[in-house]
Amino acid sequence: MIDVSFDIYENEFLFITGASGAGKTTLMKLLYLGEPVSEGQIIVEGLNLSRIPRKRIPMLRRKFGIIFQDYKLIHTKNVFDNIAIALEAVGTKSRLVGKKVRSVVRTVGMEGKLKSFPPGLSGGEQQRIAVARAIAGDPRIIIADEPTGSLDAESAKVIFGLLKSFHDRGGTVIIATHDTELIRKTGGRVILLEQGRLQSSTLIPKPA
Amino acid sequence: MLQFFRRALGDILGNRFLNAVTVITVALSVLMIGVFVLFFINADALMDSWTKGIRIMAYLDSGTPEEKISEIKASIERIKGIETVRFISKKEAIEQLKNQMTHQASLFENLKENPLPDAFEIQMAELSRNREDFDEAARQISALPSVEEVEYGQKWLERFSDMLNLFKASGYAMGGLFFLAAVFFVANTIRLVIYSRRDEIEIMRLVGASESFIKDPFYIQSLIQGALGGLIGLGALLAVFRFVTGEWRLGIGNWKLETASNFNFLLSNFQLRFLPSEIIAGILLGSMFVGWAGCYLSLKQFLKL
Repeated sequence: MIDVSFDIYENEFLFITGASGAGKTTLMKLLYLGEPVSEGQIIVEGLNLSRIPRKRIPMLRRKFGIIFQDYKLIHTKNVFDNIAIALEAVGTKSRLVGKKVRSVVRTVGMEGKLKSFPPGLSGGEQQRIAVARAIAGDPRIIIADEPTGSLDAESAKVIFGLLKSFHDRGGTVIIATHDTELIRKTGGRVILLEQGRLQSSTLIPKPA
Repeated sequence: MLQFFRRALGDILGNRFLNAVTVITVALSVLMIGVFVLFFINADALMDSWTKGIRIMAYLDSGTPEEKISEIKASIERIKGIETVRFISKKEAIEQLKNQMTHQASLFENLKENPLPDAFEIQMAELSRNREDFDEAARQISALPSVEEVEYGQKWLERFSDMLNLFKASGYAMGGLFFLAAVFFVANTIRLVIYSRRDEIEIMRLVGASESFIKDPFYIQSLIQGALGGLIGLGALLAVFRFVTGEWRLGIGNWKLETASNFNFLLSNFQLRFLPSEIIAGILLGSMFVGWAGCYLSLKQFLKL
């Protein structure tokens, strides 16, 4: 990334867009230290990521719910376990895990699929489970890297609906996408990247 | 912690064959090392019992006058560490020999004169029954006038001791090799488990799992492997020990009895012992350490968080 400087505000709905190779994924990864910060500064809720000790990286990542284009679900675990392991990993008490999993699965409308395994689900269903996993730990920020890149229009609409409802409940959403149609339909601030440089920051009004 | 155990057990059951091979390798290593330790413990105890039973024999020049004999006896008694000194005249010695060799009595019939010398049988005090004190006492006794020769089995004791040291050196080398092999196998198993669970590990990292949440189940798995291997190895060692010492008679008891009777003269008053509890605990902890070390190496190499 070169000369990229911008702020993201609480409860913002932010799109990061640009052509393939513009640096969208790199920028997203830098936020949760999926890539190390070699130069410059990134500050997340007062934490300077260029100086954060390795041991505190998990604490940083717990602030985020992360959603990927390829869903990143564990194929050998069923829907329940895929979400439960994320909760257990952040130290959720065992007796609360089951309750929480059922609640988020209901939120994404997949309550009938708790015992299904990811390979038996459609792309849209898998992404809904990924959203459920991302919101299960009650994060303040959701980072979604091309969340609808592999989905049909109907599934993409459902996923965007889920992200919007998270935003409506006070969460911050950062989405990397090159789907201009979805940006236009959703509205929010759009950061345009080109070859690792920030080209523009534009506010697209919410459609009436 | 309970969920770590659950995940570790899940991994063990999910990779049964690989884990079984690792446990067997640890068990074989423990068995081999255990055999050596058992041998050393018993050999040391045997050597100790032999040393305790050893008496110094001081043979006198032929024709040593009787008044000189009591002087020599008094001089020997003054040497540090000596408990009792008993004079055995040449006459008493030949009688003892005749009693011991009743079947070869004809050998004595043609003897024109008693060829045996007068001698002192010397016993060391309890605290001085060690090689250094034996050597020192023997040196002082042989320096006395009229003492022709001093004997206390030093040569074969030295040979046995040298042989034991050689076994010890090879035991350490073998133990080291088995240790490395076991560490290697554990490391390999953990590496394969890490590989098969790489997606899960990556996801756990991304959702903010702590280092210990990811690593601890692997450590628990390897500690279980080490402990199981240790228990099986020690169990096998106990079975072998009981078989050899005759506590288990498995149909070839005749061989055992013959063998035992052939060695009776060496093993009289000596009871073979199994490993003491502190060594068993040490071996068990050691085998768990092998598991831990293998896991540590694998995680260090393949799970850089």
